[in-house]
Amino acid sequence: MKLIVAVIRPECLNGVLESLYRAEVRGLTVSKVQGHGGEVEHVENYRGTTVKVDLQQKVRLEIGVSEPFVQRTIDAIVAGARTGDVGDGKIFVLPVEKVVRIRTGEEDVAAVTPVGEAKA
Amino acid sequence: MPTPSFNAVDTLWVLIATGLVLLMTPALALFYGGLVRTKNILNTMMMSVGALGVVGIVWALAGYSLAFAPGGAWLGGLDHLGLRGVGLDLRRDTTIPQLLFFAYQGTFAVITAALISGAIVERMKYTAYLLFIALWSLVVYAPVAHWVWGGGWLGTLGVLDFAGGTVVHITAGSAAAVAAVMVGRRRSHGRQAFLPHNVPMMLTGASLLWFGWLGFNGGSALAVNGIAVQAAVNTILAPMATLATWMAIDAARTGRTTAVGAGTAIVVGLVAITPACGFVSPASALAIGAIAALPCYYAILKRAGTRLDDSLDVLGAHGTGGVTGALLTGVFAQKAWGGTDGLIAGHAEQVWKQAVAVGATVVWTVAGTWLLLTIVNALVGTRASGKDEASGLDVSEHGEEGYTDGEGAILVLASTVAPSSVAAHAAAPRLSEEAA
Repeated sequence: MKLIVAVIRPECLNGVLESLYRAEVRGLTVSKVQGHGGEVEHVENYRGTTVKVDLQQKVRLEIGVSEPFVQRTIDAIVAGARTGDVGDGKIFVLPVEKVVRIRTGEEDVAAVTPVGEAKA
Repeated sequence: MPTPSFNAVDTLWVLIATGLVLLMTPALALFYGGLVRTKNILNTMMMSVGALGVVGIVWALAGYSLAFAPGGAWLGGLDHLGLRGVGLDLRRDTTIPQLLFFAYQGTFAVITAALISGAIVERMKYTAYLLFIALWSLVVYAPVAHWVWGGGWLGTLGVLDFAGGTVVHITAGSAAAVAAVMVGRRRSHGRQAFLPHNVPMMLTGASLLWFGWLGFNGGSALAVNGIAVQAAVNTILAPMATLATWMAIDAARTGRTTAVGAGTAIVVGLVAITPACGFVSPASALAIGAIAALPCYYAILKRAGTRLDDSLDVLGAHGTGGVTGALLTGVFAQKAWGGTDGLIAGHAEQVWKQAVAVGATVVWTVAGTWLLLTIVNALVGTRASGKDEASGLDVSEHGEEGYTDGEGAILVLASTVAPSSVAAHAAAPRLSEEAA
């Protein structure tokens, strides 16, 4: 099992959700975050105050998947989130020690397999 | 008829009405601003606010003259270019100074141009937009205003347009449809839902529009008299009927009444009664308001399923509402209520006159808008880049955000304002480095 953490552009979220759905990846957590990934900061002016905005609005996805799903999840995120400009984001794949589905007490692979599907 | 003389009460009312109509443009900014997404709120509001500056100046320099200086059937003269001869002398056939009449009409020119912006929000380059509305107010608005109100051919024909159903709303609505097509759909239109980010703001805008509209319609009497009272009361009654009808259709269709629908209904009712308010009875105003809800409701409902990205439904609300109001004016107008007798009073030809006005206005507006957008597109390009559209036009066009908590913003302590982010990066000292 892996935990896939992806930081993407907010405007790409819809596209990513769409391609994840098509890749049959179900079950994820989305949060709004701010971050800085090397893109050129933009300048804002408010009357006499000029600021450089270093932190960009980003969206973070967290998806727990079983091994057969790792690559297709990554591919789906890349397909939906790549614009080619600096600031498209990153995908981190982390090992997971244990997963528990709270409702049933199922553990590990059974817990990250969508309900109603054969256990991989 | 004796020559009218200056009347202080009339002048005071039109002064107040000018303030009321002036308020409608910022109200429109709130209305439109609430309907777009967070990342485009400033750009959307600035499209209305910017019109106050750009169109206002163009109106003073040339628009007023082309619309209201003595001229021919198709266009006014050049006597008042640069406000020459526009002073405290009375405007002809009124009891108020021409200077005030100019300012009052200027507020109409401004909001008409600003109305168009609803069709092209979230994707048009701001400079191109300003250039377009400045030209549009001269090429499209001023001639049509002259046709109807300035002594032009539609006025001579006997067309009834009390406060601008044709001049303001049909021009804005048809220009909006052309602009939506020519600027093009938003890049994710049809694949992604664009939801309003602040419905309370939209409702606040609708309420302020209603308030300001009392000056728009009531003030168009240009005097304190029975017609002004009738126009103002009709402006209260008609949107009430539209609102009730709209909520009923909403409830019948989905089982619920929506707030965005209610805000839209208020505007539709106001649009529909605008040409009629000084010519119809209060009972007719209720009927016009109620009837207008139907075509507009279904026009807006249908539009959502098409490829036409008239984003904030300017065509559905102002175009459809304007045409409905213009035609119904020909149906309900009565001599006893200040108009000429219409269909119900036995004169069907008034409806045909109204239809001629609608047709001529649509043709002129569509052609003029198409021409101007073609020119503007060739000069500066009308469309924002895909990158700017994705990240929002507030930052790309205005260098500001509507809602920011300042996190990640580093104060730039340069004495001159950096023109671009690259220059700021190279030249500006960073506070965070000192802190680190």
